[in-house]
Amino acid sequence: MSKQAGILKVIHAVADLQDDPAPDESLFGSGALDSFTLPDLVTGLEQEFKIRIPDNDLVPERFDSVAKIEAYLDKRAG
Amino acid sequence: MMAYLRAFGYALPAERVGNAALAARTGMSAAQIAEKTGIRERRYAAEGVSVADLGSAAALDCLTNAGLSARDVGLILFSTGSGELCFPGPASELAARLGLASTPAIDLPIASAGSLVGIALANDLAPRYGNILVVAAEIMSRRISDADPDTAVLFGDGAGACLVSRDEGFARIVDSALYTDGNSAGSLYLPCSGTLQMNGLAVILHASRKLPRAIGDLLSKHGVLPAEVGVYLMHQANGNLLRKVASTLKVPEERVFSNIERYGNTSSASLLIAAAEWRSSGAQPAAGPIVLAAFGAGFHWGVVLAEDIL
Repeated sequence: MSKQAGILKVIHAVADLQDDPAPDESLFGSGALDSFTLPDLVTGLEQEFKIRIPDNDLVPERFDSVAKIEAYLDKRAG
Repeated sequence: MMAYLRAFGYALPAERVGNAALAARTGMSAAQIAEKTGIRERRYAAEGVSVADLGSAAALDCLTNAGLSARDVGLILFSTGSGELCFPGPASELAARLGLASTPAIDLPIASAGSLVGIALANDLAPRYGNILVVAAEIMSRRISDADPDTAVLFGDGAGACLVSRDEGFARIVDSALYTDGNSAGSLYLPCSGTLQMNGLAVILHASRKLPRAIGDLLSKHGVLPAEVGVYLMHQANGNLLRKVASTLKVPEERVFSNIERYGNTSSASLLIAAAEWRSSGAQPAAGPIVLAAFGAGFHWGVVLAEDIL
């Protein structure tokens, strides 16, 4: 599974969405993510990608779109 | 060395502000506010009422519930994030109103988690000072802006108090843990002149991870499982956060006492108002240990573990 597919899998698990959000679509702006689902998204990413996201990286803007999440995961991997 | 939770008390302004009133001011619908926050109404202090006024009323309620008078108090710890003055804080005014002219009265300028910090410090200081009166009072309604509706709809006014005693009480304080992480201090702050600034997403993201972790660590240290705790008394920040903590700890939501629907987020006062309502609700003795926990501006957060001895 590609990284983007893994991200979309997590997003669909925590948000009530019919379609995949566009890579640059704001997940907060569209209402896909809110204060209740954001923590679940972070936990879901940790489980899906078998990583631990440190507290210092808990900045909501990092998780505002598929592209931003992918960039963050790439940076972590690098 | 041990101390006890002896009594709680609280005081609330009379004016009730429902979601419909805020809808007219903020542009959010009453239903949206209720769904997003779990809050249906909050109390606002009348013009001229001060943080010390509310704190005094809660302190007197607590002393009455404890069966003590002000002269029995060895130390006052007063938490607020919304005092009228940058200094002095309201602790000395409260002491004077209680007729105490030499008893130390210390301010804790810590919103949200201030009362939890006060109880944890009182537990450590009780062997020296005997009876310690922890008071938290907030008038947040004067510090919010309708231009920031997501924040404005959350907050209300109120005060709570807790008597921590070296000698006796209904629950023995087993242990406490306090934490601070200033890396996100800019996510929630109140300038001396200005309105409350909050990045709600950042606050709940950190709180939903740090708070269950802190609770779990303290319980684990004492061999207690989260499911064995009788009641969780928490800072009433947001209905979503209370549910999130319950689900992370895998305990039923009913185990987390909640009155946020009626009072909103009263910042550092909310933990003590919740504890006082729980204590007077006839729900005790708790069917297991008692956990008090709070998270907020700073970020400061912490946990107190107590066990019912009645």
